[in-house]
Amino acid sequence: MFDSVWLLFAFPALGALLILFVGQRLSQKVVGWLAAAAVAGSFLVALTLWLGLLGLPAAERSVTVTWWDWMRIGSFHVPAAVLIDPLSVIMAMVVTGVGALIHIYSIGYMDHEPRYQRFFFYLNFFILAMLTLVMSNNFVGMFVGWEGVGLASFLLIGFWFDKKDDLYGWYADCGKKAFIVNRVGDFGMILAMILLWSTVGTLIFSELGEAVHSLAPATASAICLLLLLGATGKSAQIPLYVWLPDAMAGPTPVSALIHAATMVTAGIYMIIRTNLLWHVGAAAGDVAAWIGVLTALLAATIALVQTDLKKILAYSTVSQLGFMLAAAGMAVYGAALFHLVTHAFFKALLFLAAGSVMHATHGVLDLKRLGGLKDKMPATYRTFVVGAAALAGVPLLSGFFSKDAILVAALDKNIGLYLVGAVTALLTAVYSFRAVFVTFHGKPRDKHLYEHVHESPRVMTAPLWILAFFSLAAGLINLPFILTLDSWLKPVIGEHEHPALVVELLGILLSVVIAVLGILIARARYLTKEGWVERLVQPLAVLQPLVEHRWYVDELYSLLVVSPIQGISGWFARFFDPKVIDGAVNSVGGVISDAGEAVRKLQNGAIPTYAFSLLLGVVVVLFYFLFVG
Amino acid sequence: MALSIPYLLTVITFLPLVGAVLVTLVPSDGTKKWLALATTGGTFLVSLLLWTNWQQGEAGMQFVEEAVWFAPLGVRYALGVDGISLFLVLLTTFLMPIAVYFSMLYVHKRIGAYMALMLLLETSMLGVFLSLDLVLFFVFFEASLIPMYFLIGEWGGQNRVYAAVKFFLYTFAGSALMVVALLIVYFSAGTFDIVALQKTPLPLAVQTWAFLAFSLAFAVKTPLFPFHTWLPDAHVQAPTAGSIILAGVLLKMGTYGFLRLAMPIFPQAAEQYGPLLGTLAVVGILYGALVALVQKDLKSLVAYSSVAHLGYVMLGVVSMNAQGVSGAVLQMVNHGLSTGALFLMVGLLYERRHTRLLSEFGGLWASVPVYTGLFLVVAMSSAGLPGLNGFVGEFTIMLGAYSYSPVFAVLAAAGVILAAWYLLTAFRKLAQGPITNPANDKANLKDLNAGELAMVLPLVLLFFVIGLFPNLFFDKINPSVEAMLATRSALIQQATAEQMPALAETVEEQ
Repeated sequence: MFDSVWLLFAFPALGALLILFVGQRLSQKVVGWLAAAAVAGSFLVALTLWLGLLGLPAAERSVTVTWWDWMRIGSFHVPAAVLIDPLSVIMAMVVTGVGALIHIYSIGYMDHEPRYQRFFFYLNFFILAMLTLVMSNNFVGMFVGWEGVGLASFLLIGFWFDKKDDLYGWYADCGKKAFIVNRVGDFGMILAMILLWSTVGTLIFSELGEAVHSLAPATASAICLLLLLGATGKSAQIPLYVWLPDAMAGPTPVSALIHAATMVTAGIYMIIRTNLLWHVGAAAGDVAAWIGVLTALLAATIALVQTDLKKILAYSTVSQLGFMLAAAGMAVYGAALFHLVTHAFFKALLFLAAGSVMHATHGVLDLKRLGGLKDKMPATYRTFVVGAAALAGVPLLSGFFSKDAILVAALDKNIGLYLVGAVTALLTAVYSFRAVFVTFHGKPRDKHLYEHVHESPRVMTAPLWILAFFSLAAGLINLPFILTLDSWLKPVIGEHEHPALVVELLGILLSVVIAVLGILIARARYLTKEGWVERLVQPLAVLQPLVEHRWYVDELYSLLVVSPIQGISGWFARFFDPKVIDGAVNSVGGVISDAGEAVRKLQNGAIPTYAFSLLLGVVVVLFYFLFVG
Repeated sequence: MALSIPYLLTVITFLPLVGAVLVTLVPSDGTKKWLALATTGGTFLVSLLLWTNWQQGEAGMQFVEEAVWFAPLGVRYALGVDGISLFLVLLTTFLMPIAVYFSMLYVHKRIGAYMALMLLLETSMLGVFLSLDLVLFFVFFEASLIPMYFLIGEWGGQNRVYAAVKFFLYTFAGSALMVVALLIVYFSAGTFDIVALQKTPLPLAVQTWAFLAFSLAFAVKTPLFPFHTWLPDAHVQAPTAGSIILAGVLLKMGTYGFLRLAMPIFPQAAEQYGPLLGTLAVVGILYGALVALVQKDLKSLVAYSSVAHLGYVMLGVVSMNAQGVSGAVLQMVNHGLSTGALFLMVGLLYERRHTRLLSEFGGLWASVPVYTGLFLVVAMSSAGLPGLNGFVGEFTIMLGAYSYSPVFAVLAAAGVILAAWYLLTAFRKLAQGPITNPANDKANLKDLNAGELAMVLPLVLLFFVIGLFPNLFFDKINPSVEAMLATRSALIQQATAEQMPALAETVEEQ
């Protein structure tokens, strides 16, 4: 059964190749369904792998399938192999499951797109790379997927490479930014791999177990901090989150699949996968946890004031990824993966619902022009509300349980982390329902736009309903106290102690209060427009310009990093290289040519002179070696 | 039983020379072209016998041929190939048909002389990689200058004479010192035999001077920062095929020289000056990338990227451990393929638009999608995307460099960020954005035709083969590299023991 794991990769690979080579001759519908079928096929394979693992005793749920020996030089050795274990099958199922739904949705969403062949080729290529990332049994193989998804992301963000608007500038620049910022993270990944191999002697995950115990905590922390740099790139955390909001330039299904549900969670996955290292390098875990909550807070404040629906969702993704990173940093890996899974459902849902709005408004997602859409788009509205409620943490929905698991852990371990997390959770509830109320309730702000709005076709709403179902119900996979997911993951993450009952209950209670309070604030502010909220937030108004400019982080990076590098490059290219280095070369050349002019006079054409100098030379050389050398 | 040919290495080396002679003799231009292509193609096929008849796991020289050339000085005609040179030979024979075919399509002026020079160049390059005698090596090394000088000077761009003279004088000045070093080595060791020299301990003073002289010659050739300024001039002015061969093969003669001669024959001096070379290599990685970032001409961008890439190769060579050196050998091949392909892509565009200024382009993805897609794959290979060839070389080099000096590894890894930056900047200006110049329209700009694809696709295929199955190459490279490293460290140990017998004894006792 596990030997058929190659099929997991073969389906999207074949899909991509078929679309690349014959897609031109097929219609948009055929190409779309072909791509979707490839991913669905992969999903079925992932299911059988899961069932296969279920059939094994817990201790044996780690199966390595080796395909070939990839790189070998001396003691350095990396295979091309996959690891099938509780963590990788969950990731594979999420990637292919959500991926298949989004492929299907895209058939409807991209129906007027002339470059559909490219689009579906990129999507299938992305799935292939993402599966490589989560299934590989070693760091270097994971890195192939890691950069592969980065390439797919670059291609899809800049899918409309000749398009430009006020919100994003040139779309192509957004893609380029994403790739380069991620390369900064990859710099950390490369160094982490090198340091790990140099100290532990292996890059294969399953061989880390015994080896890491010989590792000094400081070295382990250094490795983990380098990995964390990689994670902040891929999972859009401080300091490298700046690419993700711009990544929304890509088609909305891409935002849902790559920039919400799957690729951006790779950093979290990587930390869970390498938890043994983080166990030794615990100091790095603290850094990760703080980066996580602070990113969550920062992004939530920005999400609160964005006026573009997709940008709200983008900052919300950054914020939720911050929660996951915080969980991973606190070593509550079960909670981290739990939130990763539920978030994949409800955030994909929110993006796809936003895409459905976009499809109806021909691309307009500006909150200042929307409003009152709920009657015209009932399916989109209802599913969006489910997604927003899950995001806000409405009790009993999936997002409630998964976020609560993280907050309870913080409450148990570090009250500072908890407070930042709780404030963020409140802001989350506010901005999610702001999005609901402003988009779907109230009066239409743009009459003309409103007239043309229509509900999306079935091929788009069906995935919405399926995702809505999972957003509602996915909490079941890891209910408090029962913890199905935690025990399923035990072979990978081991056992960790649970907080005291009273802490757990207090945490749940507070989470309920926070969610309800947040929604009520949003309702009062954006739906019923009550004066008291206005007065309440009045003191915060001084911050508004700062937040609206996203705390000027992009400008700061441009000033401190990009401009200096470009400046020094320009100076090198325009002055230092041609004038200093090449100037020196040419002046040496000049001196030699002057000297040559002088020496030329010695060449008088008289053979005896030549013979004499030759003899002289031989004598000098012989003398040197006989008496000196 | 595979086919075997007597004097295989001689056949491979001199087949192009024979072709060059024939090309000058046959009458029509068409025949000259096809004859040149057939010669390079035939040479490539014959060279494949090296692969099929390879003694797997053998570390020493294979297919060795030996004859006395000039007895009084012990100069020999000696050829041989091992894991270090094998893929450079194959790289040369593989790239030549592509370069020749490109020239068939786009070079019209005095095609006979042009093709003869190309073939002459091939013989001299192959000779460099196959020579087992220092004098023979030197003869081939110098001989390669002449055809390239004429190729740039006669068939180059606007400023071709300046570039050609600079190329010639600069590299010639470098190798002039090598002659002196050659004699010093001979008088000290009494042989020109490269294999024997690698096992011969030389006095430290001889090592130092010879190493510095060899290093200067090879540093100019590589080119190592700050000896690189001839390269952008030469590349920008050279005809496309010249650039492909210059970047693809000729520069490797420098790094190969370090690896085959300078590092193993003068191990103690190499040890001493290693940090200096390593520093220059790392500076080259960052400096080349930074300068590439702001280039306006696509060809000089690729030229500066070569400075950065060769910096990685040098870093691997300097680190003198298995990962670094094997990685460097593979990376020489990778650079030859990737940068050769980049120059090919630039050339294909130049022949259509007669400009290489990035500002003249934009939006090509809409008008020539096949070209653009392939350009992106080539750029990604050059940027070291894992799964493709460049990553394997760069990563193993950095592994080796870390053992040598962690700081070097960190700085080299930073070069990876810059590589993505300048390549994507070029791609952004070239292929993305709207079409602003009507000359880039679908109507005016033709996508690649079958003949052009036939040049690009084999390169792209090899990117994937090397990226996914590098052990096909490492299996042949590693034994020779490990043997070389072992011989070298034995030599160093021996020298240390002689200089400090007391220390050596205590080590032995332990």
